[in-house]
Amino acid sequence: MLVELGHFALILAFLITLVQGSLSLVGARRQSDYLIGVGLKAAQIQCLLLTLSFMALVYAFLRSDFSVLLVATNSHINKPLIYKFAGTWGNHEGSMLLWALMLALYGAAFALFSKQIPLGFRARVIGVHGFMSLTFLAFILFTSNPFERLLPAPFEGNGLNPILQDPALAAHPPLLYAGYVGFSITFAFALAAMLYSKIERDWAVWVRRWVLVSWIFLTLGIGLGSFWAYYELGWGGFWFWDPVENASLMPWLAGTALLHSVMATARNGQFMRWTLLLAILTYALSLVGTFLVRSGVLTSVHAFANDPERGIFILLIIVVSVGAALAIYARAMRQELPSVGTNLISRESALMLNNVFLATATSTVFIGTLYPLFVDALGYGKISVGSPYFAAVLTPICVPFFMLLPFGPFLSWQKSLATQFIKPLLVAITLAALSVAVFWQIRPSLGVPVAFALLGAFWLIFGACAAPLARARLFETGWISRLIRLPRPLYAATLAHAGIGVMVLGIIGATAWREEVVVAANAGDRLSIGTYDFVFDGVQTHEGPNYLAERGSLRFLSGARAGDVLYPEKRVYQAERSQTTEAAIDISLMRHVYAALGETLEDGRRVVRVWLHPLVVLIWMGGLMMSLGGLIGLTARRAA
Amino acid sequence: MVHKAKRAQKLRAFLIFGGLVALTLIAFITLTTLEDNLVFFRSPSDLATKPAPVGQKLRVGGLVLEDSMMRQDLTVNFIVTDLNNKINVRYTGILPDLFREGQGVVAEGAFDPSGVFVAETVLAKHDETYMPPEVAEALKNAGQWQGDQDAR
Repeated sequence: MLVELGHFALILAFLITLVQGSLSLVGARRQSDYLIGVGLKAAQIQCLLLTLSFMALVYAFLRSDFSVLLVATNSHINKPLIYKFAGTWGNHEGSMLLWALMLALYGAAFALFSKQIPLGFRARVIGVHGFMSLTFLAFILFTSNPFERLLPAPFEGNGLNPILQDPALAAHPPLLYAGYVGFSITFAFALAAMLYSKIERDWAVWVRRWVLVSWIFLTLGIGLGSFWAYYELGWGGFWFWDPVENASLMPWLAGTALLHSVMATARNGQFMRWTLLLAILTYALSLVGTFLVRSGVLTSVHAFANDPERGIFILLIIVVSVGAALAIYARAMRQELPSVGTNLISRESALMLNNVFLATATSTVFIGTLYPLFVDALGYGKISVGSPYFAAVLTPICVPFFMLLPFGPFLSWQKSLATQFIKPLLVAITLAALSVAVFWQIRPSLGVPVAFALLGAFWLIFGACAAPLARARLFETGWISRLIRLPRPLYAATLAHAGIGVMVLGIIGATAWREEVVVAANAGDRLSIGTYDFVFDGVQTHEGPNYLAERGSLRFLSGARAGDVLYPEKRVYQAERSQTTEAAIDISLMRHVYAALGETLEDGRRVVRVWLHPLVVLIWMGGLMMSLGGLIGLTARRAA
Repeated sequence: MVHKAKRAQKLRAFLIFGGLVALTLIAFITLTTLEDNLVFFRSPSDLATKPAPVGQKLRVGGLVLEDSMMRQDLTVNFIVTDLNNKINVRYTGILPDLFREGQGVVAEGAFDPSGVFVAETVLAKHDETYMPPEVAEALKNAGQWQGDQDAR
């Protein structure tokens, strides 16, 4: 019964989007407050209906209602409750409904929290947004209906892919989608601004917070996904340059560029054309990401079962919405925009450079990700583009980008003097060089390329911290109280920029210094990695809620950890008839000891694989710092 | 003054656009010239008609032949087939969880002089009902495709 109600609510929401889109736009044209009011209400009703619809699906999963096809194919009675809940979006149909719900939540949030924006503009945003919801709800209803019935209902479901039965992956899709979908509001803002006969810079002022919110979610979502891949796939890698991963990286890079260019546009209309285009493209890349993941056109280690028909529908959504947006853009760009002059050494130039680097990075990732599709379409055979390409093209972009990055926050708008940054940055580079020297002491076999990479990482960290400290005039009387009272955007930038340095440091540690040992061991055998010695105590079986596990024991023999035991597991999920590897990780700030259990050999020995990943945790800490920086930026009233 | 600012803006726009085009071009050239960047996919039948040079990085794919898996310490030997032709594959390390005889697999590596494909990586999939598109196509080309029943 509740399932039918959910289905009905979904259809009703679809119809409401039609009302929302058309009445808002007509109301905006006729300047009818009444029609606009209806449009804004419609956005909230749509959100309510989709919440109801989603809840009905969640309920069906929690109750294991196998008369619903989706539940029968993706759930199982014996699954722990949390994964019944998270299983709602652990499949194509459910995750698309989650996408639509996010879209509606952003729409309703905009309708509720945009009272300071003129009514006509709100109407245009919510109207455009309504039509975007319309396309997605049509997609769900016509190709991916989650409420389809299965009669007669089976007694037991097929279960959820065990690799997805993990807390990090339960939270990963909602976060990632909150990021992707957030850019729909940015897109709607850009279109709304262009629907006026004269483009004002106001839209950029209003849109800043929405860009930030989406960017924070996307950053967290990608970080969590990478952390999951690291510990769940049992390979100990954190990024594989896989098409599905690149799919989320592209909107992130574009979104980061947007985040910066929108500041200049909000201030005095600088880069207006570019910022508008970027707002369109960022959402377009979010859609392309969804297309790549959902259509299965590219071979990916993260690919799930998929259906080409759905891919074509998503492609159609992309072509129609982005095509329409670009047509509106082309028309709007015929008008004369006020030109703003600036000096070479200024905040504006810094932001422009930032955008050049980020846009180039986006397009190189885009080319590398989609190139196999072109080659295949032209009939030259199936190829894949691997990490050597991405390393080769992104290094020459990142090196100058990171070298210049610490200068940005020092520069003031319009005109800056070199005296503002020379002294503090000289101190920063000296400290960075000293830190590298310290590392050289610890690891004499460092090597020149790694030393330079380290220098870069520390330069980013110290350079980022130099800006607020110099502004507060460090060590002059009263500097602490000045430091506290610095504008929040400066703190946001410092934290986010230092986060990049911390992340680079983590990447260096995890790639240049990682050690690996693979052995076939009998119980009682010893193995060692780095400065650690272990004894393998054999394998025991152990029963989980819906799986049987073989649990290996790896005991530390020496050092501060002596006596501690790592328990890597191989799990067999009976319902799904499949196996997962659960790595055991000993976590500390300086390194991870990462152990995975392999299969049993014919002579009874067991394959055991142990990695040492120095500093790897910094990768995700850096990501968290960036998100936190974004959060601080969110609380600031103005951009800079 | 206005005129000057406008010219500066034009110049800037030109610089941005030019820079983007140049960098994208560089990416494209890197992509097409460095051989290591591109890895071609070959099915067992492709390789039977046109063998690949020793040491060239490739992806091969097909089904893991039933009863073909042989272990020796950490090294696994198995046969990948599109049901018309076969390739011997050798891999050292821990196989992905979903590796099984009779299932689709993609391996990346190169042939050694004795004609054995030495895999550096064996691609894992998150989903056992999933068939890598290349493998599905290789099977179709070999006339051995069983329809869509297991590809959902």
